[in-house]
Amino acid sequence: MSELTRFSAAELAEKIHAREVSSVEVTTAHLDRIAAVDGAVHAFLHVDTAGALAAAKAVDDDIAAGKPPASPLAGVPIAVKDVLTRMGAPTTCGSRMLEHWEPPYSSTVVRRLESAGLVVLGKTNMDEFAMGSSTENSAFGPTHNPWDLDRVPGGSGGGSSASLAAFEAPLAIGTDTGGSIRQPASVTGTVGVKPTYGGVSRYGLVAFSSSLDQAGPCARTVLDAALLHEVIGGHDPLDSTSINAPVPPVVAAAREGTGGDLRGVKVGVVSEFTGEWYQAGVTGAFELAVDALRQLGAEIVKVSCPSFDYAMPAYYLIAPSEVSSNLARFDAMRYGLRVGDQDGATAEEVMTQTRGAGFGAEAKRRIMIGTYALSSGYYDAYYGQAQKVRTLISRDFEQAFNQVDVLVSPTTPTTAFRIGERVDDPVAMYRADLCTIPANLAGTPAISVPAGLSDEDGLPVGLQVMAPALREPRMYRVAAAYEFARDIALGGSLINRVPDLEVAR
Amino acid sequence: MTSSTVDLMDYDEVLERFDPVLGLEVHVELNTNTKMFCGCSTTFGGEPNTQVCPTCLGLPGSLPVLNRVGVESAIRIGLALGCDIAPWCRFARKNYFYPDMPKNFQTSQYDEPIAFNGELVLELADGEVVTVGIERAHMEEDTGKSLHVGGATGRIHGAEHSLLDYNRAGVPLIEVVTKPITGTGARAPEVARAYVTALRDLLRALGVSDVRMDQGSLRCDANVSLMPKDATEFGTRTETKNVNSLRSVERAVRHEMTRQAAVLAAGGTIMQETRHFDEATGGTRAGRRKETSEDYRYFPEPDLVPIAPAADWVERLRTTLPEMPWQRRKRVQTDWQLSDLELRDLVNAGAIDLVASTVDAGATPDQARAWWVNYLSQEANSRGTELAELPITPVQVARVAALVTDGALTNKLAREVVDGVLAGEGEPDDVVAKRGLAVVSDEGALTAAIDEALAAQPDVAEKIRGGKVQAAGAIVGAVMKATKGQADAKRVRELILERCS
Repeated sequence: MSELTRFSAAELAEKIHAREVSSVEVTTAHLDRIAAVDGAVHAFLHVDTAGALAAAKAVDDDIAAGKPPASPLAGVPIAVKDVLTRMGAPTTCGSRMLEHWEPPYSSTVVRRLESAGLVVLGKTNMDEFAMGSSTENSAFGPTHNPWDLDRVPGGSGGGSSASLAAFEAPLAIGTDTGGSIRQPASVTGTVGVKPTYGGVSRYGLVAFSSSLDQAGPCARTVLDAALLHEVIGGHDPLDSTSINAPVPPVVAAAREGTGGDLRGVKVGVVSEFTGEWYQAGVTGAFELAVDALRQLGAEIVKVSCPSFDYAMPAYYLIAPSEVSSNLARFDAMRYGLRVGDQDGATAEEVMTQTRGAGFGAEAKRRIMIGTYALSSGYYDAYYGQAQKVRTLISRDFEQAFNQVDVLVSPTTPTTAFRIGERVDDPVAMYRADLCTIPANLAGTPAISVPAGLSDEDGLPVGLQVMAPALREPRMYRVAAAYEFARDIALGGSLINRVPDLEVAR
Repeated sequence: MTSSTVDLMDYDEVLERFDPVLGLEVHVELNTNTKMFCGCSTTFGGEPNTQVCPTCLGLPGSLPVLNRVGVESAIRIGLALGCDIAPWCRFARKNYFYPDMPKNFQTSQYDEPIAFNGELVLELADGEVVTVGIERAHMEEDTGKSLHVGGATGRIHGAEHSLLDYNRAGVPLIEVVTKPITGTGARAPEVARAYVTALRDLLRALGVSDVRMDQGSLRCDANVSLMPKDATEFGTRTETKNVNSLRSVERAVRHEMTRQAAVLAAGGTIMQETRHFDEATGGTRAGRRKETSEDYRYFPEPDLVPIAPAADWVERLRTTLPEMPWQRRKRVQTDWQLSDLELRDLVNAGAIDLVASTVDAGATPDQARAWWVNYLSQEANSRGTELAELPITPVQVARVAALVTDGALTNKLAREVVDGVLAGEGEPDDVVAKRGLAVVSDEGALTAAIDEALAAQPDVAEKIRGGKVQAAGAIVGAVMKATKGQADAKRVRELILERCS
């Protein structure tokens, strides 16, 4: 493995901008790494070798011509979850429905990456239409966790998290509707951020649940996530729900946190996130992380958010309701898969056959749940009630943030589970998002940062830090401080303990 | 099923036994430059699928952005109809599958319309005033258009294939829904027509739509039900679509009344269904059955933020409202001193705007009315066209009127001039010149000039009277000089000889 794949994005950018190494060299190192290990990991659905090398060369040419870099990350490679449109390549969303679909436009996130000089390596695997917690719902086969190839990398953004843990990419983009950035980050020992709803444009993000979806940065360090956050964040007139305000200064906050000083910061431990579903090793690692925060000077208090107990049931009414409408457009009429278009077949028959063949079981399950929840006579009892719970959860957050600066919890109740372990038990699968869903329902930001390894299985555990809307700097500061203390305690970066995949193969 | 097999009840008998109840839903396409949720053009008649983008095609990942002018138009329509404007409202998704709907949901408004609870005052041909309650006016987007190829009727059933044009998809629509219209009895069809006419005039005055029923920018769905004379509850209604002209609105309502009455009288029940109006037969035929009442699974549109029009914005829009058609009628009646009958004739001819413009161009109100309401209305009738579509302008009519006032034209000649303009012979003065109508009418002036010249040169006059015809040349020259060369010299010479004979 080339040394170049071991550096952080910040380090790579520095080297590229100082002309110590070229973007083409860095990009080539990552493409080589993908060629070497992705057969085992399957993080990518599409690798754009030619496009990546061309983009890297353009950055090198600019630097050679003495132009200032387009952004602090110019020249750094990145992997993009296959739910964001990008011209010139397929956008599949992990679904047969869009297997060969090439969008005629690029998402705002991708356009911002490209204009910031980032080098897009390709598109990463995901649960179909971002519905799942393991990447097993991808129509194109699961992604394997680099920590243990028999285990899942989380989901829905398992391709993005695995690409980071496998050193195939130093940065990635994910999307988080109920935890799809944070839970994969947690189980792969990487960093993942769900920004404030409206903080990053959804234009070109193929919708799963429009009122919950949020794109965000994935990285191996908190600072890298912050640098990427500032590239992709900010107002977009093409997204009506985009917040018209400057991106919060998260890079400065991450740098501030790196000093390891949390004096004056009040941290709330959510008392609801514990109990029978929580693995002992996860709880243990989390408690050690809280101790570390205390040692950094933070004041730790217990905070109760009683409505969080209803977050998962509310989520599984709201998200499927929206998905039943959002996925209605996949009807074979204009693009995507078309099945049954034989002599005499009506448009309705073609739609029915296509949707039957094109959607996987989980997509169908959620379309049916959502269709039912919105039906006349059931709307008030299901969708209406769920919206009320959503309001209560927002109030719980507000009250909690009246007492503390940030809230912390384990990111997900368990470490990475085995491939196949939960495929026949949807509710067990859904419980992976127990701790992450409340922030989606409230629209508030949260970060997952690696918090050591679980005692029982030696697999990564995630610490979730949650902040009020638009107060991302608080959570970046706390996460960076924790990361700093953790690396000192462990005598090095946690991610370096990932097995060497080339040997493992 | 053809209309000949449908039993219809005699209209008078219908009214003896039943009371009709109407509900009218009018869809208006706004004339905004761009679509409701994207920047695509709304121009009618473009090559299929040339005015589309990811958003109006519903491509994965695309998002809507609301058209501010569309909202302004909705609020102005609401205000003009005397509605309350919601201080806070949302869009909702109306979910159903149809190939011409790109997202398979229509972005519409459901239980939170932007305008609600208004009224529209109509005046029927005989002057009777009817007030129609307005339930709501809400914003939504239009669908694409399907063209079914190979079927006998252009309908989807039996078609070999269908073509889809999404140019119209996403064009802003306002749907104006009436409250149930009761108590109109025999006049129900007429009220329906008068309502759509009045709404069309109001929308035209607001300048928010082309209101072309023939192009589909104004579309009416007529809900009709009958209740037996002793009943206390409304009967089951049908909704007739495809009603593409004012006359069709009247015919469709009348047909449904007679059809439903026959079904009910025979002991049958009315199916709640969509029916399609057949322009050729004047009948309606069954379409989609609504007895199971389609479940649209409405829910608030998460891709758009709520609309909360500030009170001062609404008030500012209120100041942009033009004079309403009924206010205008009152005003012209006073200004032009019209009797009720004269006003009604003017309104029925659809000539208020034309007359007003003609008066603005210098004609008297009486002259302008006479031309448009009498002469030109007949012409429009015989041509089968709208008055405003005639190839003559208010300015041209005013010029003809001025020539009559000046004594240059008699009324009879003036009609010839108007005919000439209608025939494409140019401006009124051109017609006068080309048809030689001016020369005749100028003879008085010419004679006066000749008399003046003869008086100025009595010796020459004497010579002519004495038979020296060639002496007339001097007088001709003087007259030509006096008329700046615009007279016909040959005719001047004839006139001189006549005067001196």
